[in-house]
Amino acid sequence: MTMEYGGVWNGCLEMNSRQVIQLEFFLEAGDFSTAGEASSQIKRILQQIGVKAETARRIAIGAYEAEMNVIIHSLGGKMRVAILPDRTDISVEDNGPGIADVKLAMQEGYSTAPDHIRDMGFGAGMGLPNMARCSDEFSITSEVGVGTKIRMVIHHP
Amino acid sequence: MLSGDGMEEYFHSVRLAADRCKGCVNCIKRCPTEAIRIRGGKARIMQSRCIDCGECIRRCANRAKTAITDNLSDLEQYKYNIALPAPTLYAQFSPDIEVRAIIKGLLALGFDEVYEVAKGAEYVSAAVREYIAQGKFEKPAISSACPAVVKLIQVKFPELIDHLIPLDAPVEVAANLARVSHAGQIPSEDIGVWFITPCPAKMTAVRQPLAGEASAVTGTISISEIYGRLLKLITSGANNVEIAEKPDSLGREEASSEGIGWAIAGGESAAVVPKSTMIVHEIHSVSDVLEQIALGKLKDVEYIEALACSGGCIGGPLTVENRFVAEHNMRKRLEHLQKQEELQPPSRIPSPIALKVTKGFEPRSGLKLDEDIVTAMKKLELMQETLRNLPGLDCGSCGSPSCQALAEDIVQGAAREADCVFKLRERVRDMAREMVDLAEKLPQSMEKNDAGREGGDGI
Ligand SMILES: Nc1ncnc2c1ncn2[C@@H]1O[C@H](COP(=O)(O)OP(=O)(O)OP(=O)(O)O)[C@@H](O)[C@H]1O
Ligand code: SF4
Ligand SMILES: [Mg+2]
Repeated sequence: MTMEYGGVWNGCLEMNSRQVIQLEFFLEAGDFSTAGEASSQIKRILQQIGVKAETARRIAIGAYEAEMNVIIHSLGGKMRVAILPDRTDISVEDNGPGIADVKLAMQEGYSTAPDHIRDMGFGAGMGLPNMARCSDEFSITSEVGVGTKIRMVIHHP
Repeated sequence: MLSGDGMEEYFHSVRLAADRCKGCVNCIKRCPTEAIRIRGGKARIMQSRCIDCGECIRRCANRAKTAITDNLSDLEQYKYNIALPAPTLYAQFSPDIEVRAIIKGLLALGFDEVYEVAKGAEYVSAAVREYIAQGKFEKPAISSACPAVVKLIQVKFPELIDHLIPLDAPVEVAANLARVSHAGQIPSEDIGVWFITPCPAKMTAVRQPLAGEASAVTGTISISEIYGRLLKLITSGANNVEIAEKPDSLGREEASSEGIGWAIAGGESAAVVPKSTMIVHEIHSVSDVLEQIALGKLKDVEYIEALACSGGCIGGPLTVENRFVAEHNMRKRLEHLQKQEELQPPSRIPSPIALKVTKGFEPRSGLKLDEDIVTAMKKLELMQETLRNLPGLDCGSCGSPSCQALAEDIVQGAAREADCVFKLRERVRDMAREMVDLAEKLPQSMEKNDAGREGGDGI
């Protein structure tokens, strides 16, 4: 991991009087070259502001699974992250194709990942359940032909 | 002339010899935790971030980065001195020189006894095997044998501390065993236990144990410090000390290939034989792999052997022999040993293993911008703003390893924007322009009354 945001920092960092760090990451379908960088950057920021290691780790893992799902399963999308003193709020939105049966997708072990994705070590069907496990609040909505929305809130103890 | 930060919260053995430092930026660019800055023309090491990996020692052409270690004259302070040679010491010599000859050489150097760290490694191998077999750990388990890696985790990946195997390193085990064998005979305070080390990281771990307990090792002496004299003693045959005189060292069964193999990357895994293992060496590569684990990957790997030095301990910064030559020497030696062991298997380590389980490793907050989260957030925002104004060339001329690091230093009050040579030039250019502008604005008294001016009418 580099210590710089440069190059892959395709988001912006803003803060208003409410003390919130806002980040935005654009996620391109099939772009594995930058996979994980958004999550690593989020984790680095959490470390810099002194969020406990265990919490930062849950946030990074949740963000990583979300990031990978957009890259692997969707037509592309973006991830917005708001870091507040007491919590981190992540929302991920993609441009389709959406999930027909969300309940099924949420089951551990359910995956539609093709062989070439499995060869890369993904496709265990653990991403969505992991996201739910990592967050204190989790919601997912999806519409076929439109896209999938995920929200994760993790409190900083 | 050695200088540190003076801050004694963390002890470090990597130091700067200020008189030799030319203020070049080689070391700051190479440091895996960005712990070095050039200030006032000299390198400064940030104590809270240094992991004693020794990358800067390797990198410095002026030999301004040194490691403080003990030396042979320190033996005088103790009545009875035990040498603990790292298996890496053997790799400094041709495989034709027997371990026995090296041990004798150490005795001739002034030690009263030798206890091989490779023996300690055999115990640790057995203990790690047991730890893995019990399966009560977070996967992947990360070896804690290399103190630089442990510290990298403490400083940069505190969330992975629970992955570290909470067992003592081989040298600590060896030191304890060596001391125990004299219990009741020689008072403990009269015994000096000296680790012959390949690296400053081990040196620091002895002075300031990673998990907070006191070390059984008295001090460390670098391989490079004794190599010359040892080689002379060994090759001249002057190491023919009377075995009867110093019976303890040579009466003991020599370490097996399993323990000696720990000197090279892959040696630990070969001894531990986990179901699924991954071997990573060289500190930047280790950092990359840790980053992956931090994202929840590599859960299918049972055991990670991670070593700060390229090639493993044989690539340690305080060794003498070229890393590839040392590896070749070691492989030959192991081949030979394994052939012998086929005929006469070494005795197994007694089990269950009475190994001290370390209390656990504490995280270090080397990256935190402020104790208060809101202040830290404000600093981070200011840092991003500052960074946007910097050229993004990461040239290091400012004395910070990257523009990002300079932005952080500025926010923390440890640097100024004008430390950036491009920013400085920009300002000089702006000032020069302003000067030209001003120079063209002649005072009214000097202005010629040009007919074309102001409609030609004048005032
Ligand atoms: N953003 C998305 N768009 C469309 N389908 C999705 C999306 N995210 C998940 N899915 C569907 O839900 C399934 C389950 O997702 P989940 O992340 O749990 O597992 P996975 O991605 O297949 O495997 P893993 O995350 O363990 O590598 C996926 O296989 C895919 O069919
Ligand atoms: S790999 Fe070995 S020599 Fe290098 S720092 Fe780690 S313990 Fe020391
Ligand atoms: Mg997934």
